[in-house]
Amino acid sequence: MPVNIFLVLGMGLTVGFISGMFGVGGGFLMTPLLIFIGISPAVVVASVAPQIAASLFTGFLTYWRRRAIDFALGAMLLSGGAIGTVTGVWLFTMLRAVDQLDLMIGLAYVVLLGIVGALMITESARAIMRAHQGLRADMRRPGSHVWFHHLPLKLRFKRSRIYVSVIPVWAIGAIIGFIGTILGVGGGFMLVPMLIYLLRVPTATVIGTSMILTLVTMIAATILHATANHLVDAVLALILMVGGVVGAQFGARAGQKIRGERLRLLLGILVLLVGIRFAIDLVVKPDDLYSIRHVRDM
Amino acid sequence: MRRLALILLILAAGGAPPAMAERLVVSLSNHRVQITSSFAGEDLVLFGTIEPDKGKTTRKTGYDLVVTVTGPRQTLRTRRKERVLGIWVNIASREFVRVPAYLAVLSNRPVTDMADAQTRRRLQIGLDNFLLTQRIGPDVADTVVTDPFRVAFVRLQQNRGVYRESPAAVTFLTPAVFRAAIPLPADAPTGSYGIDVKLFSDGAMIAHTTSALEVIKAGFEQYVAEAAVNHGLLYGLATTLMALLTGWLASVVFRRD
Repeated sequence: MPVNIFLVLGMGLTVGFISGMFGVGGGFLMTPLLIFIGISPAVVVASVAPQIAASLFTGFLTYWRRRAIDFALGAMLLSGGAIGTVTGVWLFTMLRAVDQLDLMIGLAYVVLLGIVGALMITESARAIMRAHQGLRADMRRPGSHVWFHHLPLKLRFKRSRIYVSVIPVWAIGAIIGFIGTILGVGGGFMLVPMLIYLLRVPTATVIGTSMILTLVTMIAATILHATANHLVDAVLALILMVGGVVGAQFGARAGQKIRGERLRLLLGILVLLVGIRFAIDLVVKPDDLYSIRHVRDM
Repeated sequence: MRRLALILLILAAGGAPPAMAERLVVSLSNHRVQITSSFAGEDLVLFGTIEPDKGKTTRKTGYDLVVTVTGPRQTLRTRRKERVLGIWVNIASREFVRVPAYLAVLSNRPVTDMADAQTRRRLQIGLDNFLLTQRIGPDVADTVVTDPFRVAFVRLQQNRGVYRESPAAVTFLTPAVFRAAIPLPADAPTGSYGIDVKLFSDGAMIAHTTSALEVIKAGFEQYVAEAAVNHGLLYGLATTLMALLTGWLASVVFRRD
């Protein structure tokens, strides 16, 4: 499909910049952008996976050097993630066969980005207001004892200094693996809050540990999409990777100069806008009611 | 000796193909088109002459020529969206089985002026008459020209530039020498193409010949595209390796601690 290399490279740089600035993989922005410029959603989702893997691996190595990764917790997340990824690729293949994949990707983005964007905006707006009124930020450790903390199969994760049942850990892993595979996102922007608020993983290890799951999920998604659907476009992925890793470096530097809650507010608005754009595309009457999908060559 | 020569001459004359009055001879500028990453589409040129029958005088009405170029076959699905609960959903679809990935009908004037509808239907002249088989339930058949899925399919393929009907693509340089421009778009599908040349006069086909060409992709992109389909697992592993390598390189190059 003829797509301008420099446009894609520019998008890779921009998204990389944003991902470096906010410390997220950027898949939730990259995937929508590529869909909006007219690349088939199926190809985008499959080809963004290796790009996210590349930028996650960079981050993973950095956190590894700082010994900020809880490998035991990561391994438990992974075993759940494996189930989620395989289920995700299966559903992806099935939805494509019945011509409903693009619709489901759009719907899922609207719901997911709508919720995440709204939560981020309200949370950061509150923080900004508090700072404005001169109040101290709420330092209480988030989360409280809820029902799943009493589930069996408790394990002690030494580096994170938590003692939790592995059942919610597996569940979180499976959910992220599933969503990531279907939507072409690493899922870091959902996984990190989940680990902090639900499992109370300390901030020191949370990002590095989350990267174990998202990195392996994206690697598995790349291989499974390539094998099951033949949809991975390595050339597209390479262009995105180069743009992404370079952009991320500049973004990370820019991000250190902006206050945390302002940064989260900006990111929240961005997330919500992308969600709204998806909603518009679903509701507005398409230019052409008909479309063609390639089934097979003879 | 003279008698023997005469007998040989008679034999030779008797053994020659008698059937058609005219003979078509065509030649293509290039039988093998290589598509590289910088390929922006090109026009192939088909030259041809009409060799008149020695015995007959030239025709009163002149000639009409149709060149039909068909690309490799593929199966495609045409889908139609409808509004369900406020959002647009693919509701119905129709599979087009073994239809050409590229289809061009080139002629010297509109095909509707050359022959009557029945003749055009029988000889598959024009996009409306070309056999586009659809899977409808258990059957595989072409539909009427006005079938909404067929109309949409042809329109979408025309928008992509892979289906076209141009009534001015064939020009007669002299009454018996012609030239046809075969337009290949930038994303021309690769594979073997058939070229079918039909000569008309007075509303009837009087001569027919075929030729062929091949479109191949060259270079890195083609290699990658082929690998993606033929060696899915290997391709996935290689892509992953490339991702990890890029990620590692970035962490080394931009290392700050």
